[in-house]
Amino acid sequence: MMRMTGAELIVRLLERQGVRTICGIPGGAILPLYDALSQTDKIHHVLARHEQGAGFMAQGMARVSGQPEVCFASSGPGATNLVTAIADACLDSIPMVAITGQVPQSMIGTDAFQEVDIYGITVPITKHNFLVRSAQELLEVIPDAFRIAMSGRPGPVLVDVPKDVQNQVIEFADFPPPAEPDKAPEIDMGALETAARMINEAERPVLYLGGGVVSSGASSLAVTLAEQASMPTTMTLMALGAMPMDHPLSIGMLGMHGARHTNFVLEEADLLVVVGARFDDRAIGRAASFCPNAKIVHIDIDRSELHKIKTAHVGLHSDVRTALEALLPRVKVTLREHWLSHVESLKQRFPMQLPGADDPRTHYGLVQAVAGALDDSAVITTDVGQHQMWVAQAYPFRRPRQWLTSGGLGTMGFGMPAAIGAALAEPERTVVCFSGDGSFKMNIQELATLAEQGLNVKIVLMNNNSLGLVYQQQNLFYGKRVFASKYRGAPDFVKIAEGFGIPAVNLDDAEDPRTTLAQVLKQPGPCLIHASIDREQFVYPMVPPGAANTEMIGG
Amino acid sequence: MIEQVADPLPQAGFAKIVLELEVNNHPGVMSHICNLFARRAFNVEGILCMPLGDARRSRIWLLVYEDQRLDQMVRQLEKLEDVLAVRQHGAEHEVFERLESFFH
Repeated sequence: MMRMTGAELIVRLLERQGVRTICGIPGGAILPLYDALSQTDKIHHVLARHEQGAGFMAQGMARVSGQPEVCFASSGPGATNLVTAIADACLDSIPMVAITGQVPQSMIGTDAFQEVDIYGITVPITKHNFLVRSAQELLEVIPDAFRIAMSGRPGPVLVDVPKDVQNQVIEFADFPPPAEPDKAPEIDMGALETAARMINEAERPVLYLGGGVVSSGASSLAVTLAEQASMPTTMTLMALGAMPMDHPLSIGMLGMHGARHTNFVLEEADLLVVVGARFDDRAIGRAASFCPNAKIVHIDIDRSELHKIKTAHVGLHSDVRTALEALLPRVKVTLREHWLSHVESLKQRFPMQLPGADDPRTHYGLVQAVAGALDDSAVITTDVGQHQMWVAQAYPFRRPRQWLTSGGLGTMGFGMPAAIGAALAEPERTVVCFSGDGSFKMNIQELATLAEQGLNVKIVLMNNNSLGLVYQQQNLFYGKRVFASKYRGAPDFVKIAEGFGIPAVNLDDAEDPRTTLAQVLKQPGPCLIHASIDREQFVYPMVPPGAANTEMIGG
Repeated sequence: MIEQVADPLPQAGFAKIVLELEVNNHPGVMSHICNLFARRAFNVEGILCMPLGDARRSRIWLLVYEDQRLDQMVRQLEKLEDVLAVRQHGAEHEVFERLESFFH
């Protein structure tokens, strides 16, 4: 028989699950767990400066590794500070296990100090959540939490552990086996045959890849399918990198800030093959006007996504990789010269416009100069706003899990802690976080964590001293009534970084910004790279909110 | 138990149906289920829940309108970890009829 406290049991189960890094912040209600964590040398703890930072670090690790990663927070404000990172993981289907301390069970429901019903709060933003009522339950709950986080469509799971459960001593015979993902659903072979026939018979098919292609590890299969059937291929924001941007069949990112030709190609499609995507409103614009002439084949591991926004002619409830493996031998090698040459002519007539791409002092030029100084092994994270869209449009992504961005929730403050997480998981890579001055300030305290860890994270701060995308929308859609989107103060970000112990360079002062940039990116360790950009530069093209994708303006 | 987050769509004119759910029995299951309906402003006309046999599981009966979102609701219910099975019955199912006398 083994004998240990609930806290020790959690740590042993995490070790057995293969967890090697945990990000978090201690506090009263989780101190027994931290005490147990201090006694293991198998798990490296990274002390964040705000629990939201810890949550995004765990996400950064999970987004590059594909494995569920763990964050810790105490009860009350510690737990509520995790909420945004959990919701973000839910909307982007990122596997994560958040473990929170809770006041002792005898005090639950009494408005005790730092008591909050984090179980109730996280019901709608987790895949599943647990309030553990005895140490014995941990033997099932911890493996279940990992199994649920990584099975099917991945997502976050919260485990709330009252302090008395952490302290409770239990005896048990054996550890449960480490969790494995549930078996994927059986494919409906009849539907698969129909899908293959529709692809073979289509004249103007388009392949539409979503984040599910990345999370199921099916990127190369998707590229093979595109090549075999000569299908022009578009990617959602979450799928960038699934097919190399410079692949001849790539028509780039679709949606609100996609290139004109991308949305025009989709308009003409007679068949849309949607793989691991969910017809998000930013991707498809007005749903009723999206791909009006296309039949739809929709493959997704989450059955509730089939027919949710657009009714599919064939809905395949399946793991994307399994489905593509089964589909490939049934899809004929087709050249489709006519369709591809038409797509090519649309590309020529309505190309992605990247004004200033040769000048590293412009937004597009800066993105491309960074890309030019790196190879495909680098990981790119972003915050949320104009800079995020400019990077999505202009960075030549070439491999899955190269690109980490907050897609569904659109969380400003995501970029730097996610970059720290990526560097923790894969320390041999260069990690670059593109940020804006608005987003950067939302988790700027994690500079302290970055300095402490000394990771190879470069922050490229595109500073227009405003909430640029808000400023843009007020200018375009609110009669130029600019309100609450321009900052009056202008912090000195170079000094701030240096104050945290992070080296910093100001590209504004560099005689040759391209050379300076290349030098800085090659040095190991953290660095902040500051670049002022023009506030009057907007993200184009842009589909006005609520409009059809073909009604884009600019670009 | 949960405040509506949006005005319910007019559901009059749709037929009522009965959903029978088999769920794990622990505190919190009801909040997972009710949240799904409340979030989407999908009215639940009647709700009834009792533990089964050894009390490890419960059965929940829901009386709802069969509007065009019902399929999506059922798929969302089936995704919940604690929901083991969902069955649909017509409104003629007697479970709620027999309760009528407690409400009039």
